[in-house]
Amino acid sequence: MGDQHIIYMDHAATTYVRPEVLEAMIPYHTGHFGNPSSIYGIARDAKKTVESARAQVAKALGALPEEIYFTSGGSESDNWAIKGIATANRKKGLHIITSSIEHHAVLNTCEFLEKEGFQVTYLPVDEFGLVNPDDLEKAITSETILISIMYANNEIGTIEPIGELGAIARKHHVYFHTDAVQAIGNVGIDVRSQNIDLLSLSAHKFYGPKGVGALYIRKGVKLANLIHGGGQEHGKRAGTENLAGIVGLGKAIDLAVADIPGHNVKVRAMRDRLLDGVLRTIPHAKLNGHPEKRLAGNFNVSFDFIEGESMLLWLDDEGICGSTGSACTSGSLSPSHVLLACGMPAESAHGSLRLTLGDENTADDVDRVLDVLPKVVAKLRNMSPLFQNATKEEEYHV
Amino acid sequence: MYSEKVMEHFRNPRNVGEIEAPDGVGEVGNPVCGDIMKIFLKIENNVIVDAKFKTFGCGAAIASSSMATELVRGKTLEEAWEVSNKAVAEALEGLPPIKMHCSVLAEEGIHTAINDYRKKQGLPLWEEKNPHSHGHGEDHTCEPQE
Repeated sequence: MGDQHIIYMDHAATTYVRPEVLEAMIPYHTGHFGNPSSIYGIARDAKKTVESARAQVAKALGALPEEIYFTSGGSESDNWAIKGIATANRKKGLHIITSSIEHHAVLNTCEFLEKEGFQVTYLPVDEFGLVNPDDLEKAITSETILISIMYANNEIGTIEPIGELGAIARKHHVYFHTDAVQAIGNVGIDVRSQNIDLLSLSAHKFYGPKGVGALYIRKGVKLANLIHGGGQEHGKRAGTENLAGIVGLGKAIDLAVADIPGHNVKVRAMRDRLLDGVLRTIPHAKLNGHPEKRLAGNFNVSFDFIEGESMLLWLDDEGICGSTGSACTSGSLSPSHVLLACGMPAESAHGSLRLTLGDENTADDVDRVLDVLPKVVAKLRNMSPLFQNATKEEEYHV
Repeated sequence: MYSEKVMEHFRNPRNVGEIEAPDGVGEVGNPVCGDIMKIFLKIENNVIVDAKFKTFGCGAAIASSSMATELVRGKTLEEAWEVSNKAVAEALEGLPPIKMHCSVLAEEGIHTAINDYRKKQGLPLWEEKNPHSHGHGEDHTCEPQE
């Protein structure tokens, strides 16, 4: 590809590390490498550093520092929250409620627990991907020990009514966990007023490093350990701290929540222009997810008669990085469970394209996608037997 | 994840399009599973003189259609019938395991088009020697089966 300018529009998959974040991390790989559990000076400094990062995370969520536990990322946090609650509360009940559009870190953990004797209710969503709070309230039984609903969906960007869901959970004295991996830096979070008992987050979704995340556990929540060993993290999560990673997480979350409205205004303006342009120039295209209640940077559109992986390959040739809900990019042959749960026919789910915009995208990037994408779609439709069958139109040119 | 050959055929697919008044047409696959291939053949004196395709599918599906139509051009129907999915995959310098079903679909597409021709000619249909089950159809699953 040579010197081709890469247009990265896959921020929901991962982000680059902000230079300020990287700079803050570097000393902790070299001079300040001490093990926070040791007794000498450089170790005590490390300990202080971990605690200051913990305070940064707590502040971003409206939590107390002692309610923040560092983990290896979103998947560990989700596993810990769900298995930890299930193990510690199984005498109280064996019922868990989640949604049908969760990340696999939640869904596959719930499926594992079903094999261990738990019952799981997977709440449906409407065509926009929203969980109905009434459905949640009706699903709660005397056996329910945990409700886990994601804050914002990674594929379609739909933002769930977390405050309402949290209030219902609290009213029924059921623990409420939210996977907020996609939400940090995009929506304001306050765990107290939203009645959130557990919250998962991951640094590499908000311009921090990969391999580090956190679980917020409200004081008083009964949770079993997932990783046993040394006494780190108040004896709740063993393993020598990922010192540099934790520093990066703290710095990244500080920056991410510093100006959420400003970030959203900028990113939403680009996303909306991209969306309007695409829907205006490309026929047989439809927005997936909610028109308003969605993450500012999320674009998810289905193009009829074509398949997503082919689109991604052509876009990649043009230096544009995106994602799709088509099966063909995953290990399975079934399309996105999220799009199917929204009631989309499988063939449309195969033709979905997700572009997630971020801080470094520019107006030029949007122009470039608006130039390239209609040609890619036209090229693939011209070789699709479905397009020919469905439209009987002449070959179309862009 | 794809070989250079697959990418080359994906970027510059051979034989895209339709044949007017084709002698044989084969449409296989299922939109639910994300792939449909339609193969068009022009046959003269038992020889495939032209082959074209239209495909809805992933990069491997498009490359497999392109390669399969290349492989059967100029062959007698008997020779073309022997072009296996493995031959298509090998000519593409390999396909990822999860994408092997795309080459199966290409073989099935050619076979269906040949039998369409034989049916029109009033000839007995040829039977699949190794009936592949692409999983399309009866059991409504898209997962490939052994």
